[in-house]
Amino acid sequence: MFRWLRRHRHTPSYEGDILPLTAMRPGQRGLIVDVKGGRKLGDRLEALGVRPGRRVTKVSSMLLGGPVTIEVDRSQIAIGHHMASRIFVDVSVK
Amino acid sequence: MRVLLMGNPNVGKSVVFSRLTGVHVMSSNYPGTTVGYMEGRMKVGEEMADVIDVPGTYTLDPTCEAEEVALRMLELGDVVVNVVDATSLERNLFLTLQLLEKHVPVIVALNMWDDTRHRGIHVDLKRLEEELGVPVVPTVAVSGEGIKELVEAIPRAVPGAHTQRSRDERWASIGRIIDAVQVVGHRHHTVWERLGDAAVQPVTGILFAAGVLAGSFLAIRLVGESLISYVMDPLYNALWMPVAQAVSDSLGGEGALHSLLIGRVSDGTIDPVESFGLLSSGVYVPLAMVLPYIIGFYLVLGILEDVGYLPRLAVLLDSAMHRIGLHGYAIIPTLLGLGCNVPAVIATRILESRRERFIAATLVVVAVPCAALQAVIVGLVGDFGARYVLLVYGTLLIVWLVLGAILNRLTKGFSPELLIEIPRYRWPLFGPVMTKLWARVRGFLREALPIFFASILVINLLYMAGAFDTLARFTAPVMTRLLGLPSESVVALAVGFLRKDVALGLLAPLALTANQFVVASVVLAMFFPCVATFAVLVRELGAKVTAKAAVVMLVSALTVGALLNAIL
Repeated sequence: MFRWLRRHRHTPSYEGDILPLTAMRPGQRGLIVDVKGGRKLGDRLEALGVRPGRRVTKVSSMLLGGPVTIEVDRSQIAIGHHMASRIFVDVSVK
Repeated sequence: MRVLLMGNPNVGKSVVFSRLTGVHVMSSNYPGTTVGYMEGRMKVGEEMADVIDVPGTYTLDPTCEAEEVALRMLELGDVVVNVVDATSLERNLFLTLQLLEKHVPVIVALNMWDDTRHRGIHVDLKRLEEELGVPVVPTVAVSGEGIKELVEAIPRAVPGAHTQRSRDERWASIGRIIDAVQVVGHRHHTVWERLGDAAVQPVTGILFAAGVLAGSFLAIRLVGESLISYVMDPLYNALWMPVAQAVSDSLGGEGALHSLLIGRVSDGTIDPVESFGLLSSGVYVPLAMVLPYIIGFYLVLGILEDVGYLPRLAVLLDSAMHRIGLHGYAIIPTLLGLGCNVPAVIATRILESRRERFIAATLVVVAVPCAALQAVIVGLVGDFGARYVLLVYGTLLIVWLVLGAILNRLTKGFSPELLIEIPRYRWPLFGPVMTKLWARVRGFLREALPIFFASILVINLLYMAGAFDTLARFTAPVMTRLLGLPSESVVALAVGFLRKDVALGLLAPLALTANQFVVASVVLAMFFPCVATFAVLVRELGAKVTAKAAVVMLVSALTVGALLNAIL
């Protein structure tokens, strides 16, 4: 129950378990379910192994709209804030 | 036969290349170190083969210029050695499968093989070979392990027999292969990983960066100053000074040849900076004044590069750099520019758009002084006190920020966002750090020294011909009214086109005040870049964009110079 409360305190604007990377807490894990945006963005992310179906751990995010750092397939990738806000993760999948 | 080394960025292709060919190339622990290609030769069996180190790419559908280079190179190769990071197999296999679908002969080097062991990853090599249908050789390029086996395997390379897949099919195949060949054990985070994470957290990251920058600055000063006071100055005074003095005496202390070789002598002593002869300043300034700081700077930069800190700095600075139309990764060319602007302009290739390359390159050329110029600034302006040196640096930093913000507004288009892989930290190895340092110092000695001597020669000849008097008279209004400098200092600006360190040295005999020296240093740094940088700017960005950059330089140099003159 406390965990549930904590999660929802940090992410008030999202229903359920699907959050953008920007709304995840550092250390939180999940499964990438959707990458919204143009094909070119999808291509660049996919080349780095960031695509739906991949498990992801958020490492950190910088202040003032800075990049979000995540870990996928044991490598760390930094993603610009706006781009990160379009990558959606299901945090109920551990 | 032509062998191509291809693979994702930062998997160690350049290290493999050095191992195969014995040719040293720059390698660092960040993606995008190699932005052009390097060629070398090696022996395969009895045959000599050309080896090409291709810039790293994640995919054969290019997303930036470095990746386009990679794709074009593919058509030229007979065999591809696909270098793969064994610890990140899943992502690396995407390119591998694309290569196999192209039906070129491929062999796979599973590099960083030693890392798989400590990271609890087990890869079934035989099974992987079967799945891919081409030879797979485990290697540890930094130690040389497996390189011999790799060379022996090259003749066994066979064209990939995979049919063209759609992207989703390709990922599905990768998933199947990974399930079949890789087992990942559980393991705890290492100290390095915790340190790595600390550098990309907001608060610790800023503290970390401040510490790294302060430490770097102190280390560069320590190395530079120690080399000057304990090695170069004593050597110059004990060994070279007597020679120069003897030459001066035998020439009778005057005449055309004397001014060319020894230069101006005041009170019977040959000042190593002010005399401006080929054998006096021509030896002292590049070797005893500039070289020590070049060594200090590149030693520290090399260590930072090999540890893998720079991409983390890029993450930290990303949101700030968006305000000047760049993303965080542009900090890498900028830092390189503090050594020499030429490789910095080339390194802007890691940026995705022409707009970013224009902004980044222009900012480097205008507001980032190279190590040679900095050494002379520290040497000459530093005599008046550290605060004047700080004034020069502070002004240039403000120019970098303000000009960046202006260019961001004026340049059409938008800048893409940061998207980079952050490498694991690695211990910098003494050997590779030293070879890299030597390669860069040798580059300075080979490319900068001849231009250096030539500029001193040209300056002296033009002086004798009286060409500078005409120039000085012609530009006097700008120099004296606008910038508050003596009219002769225009000579320094003209010479700055050849070498900026020589140019600033020219100002030494003019008895400038501290403030005048600050104005002159800033204007010189911002004014036209040296001829080598100019050439590379034209090559990389084209004549039209270079012309645009040149206008920016001229206008901003004069504006800032005039403002400084008015304020100080």
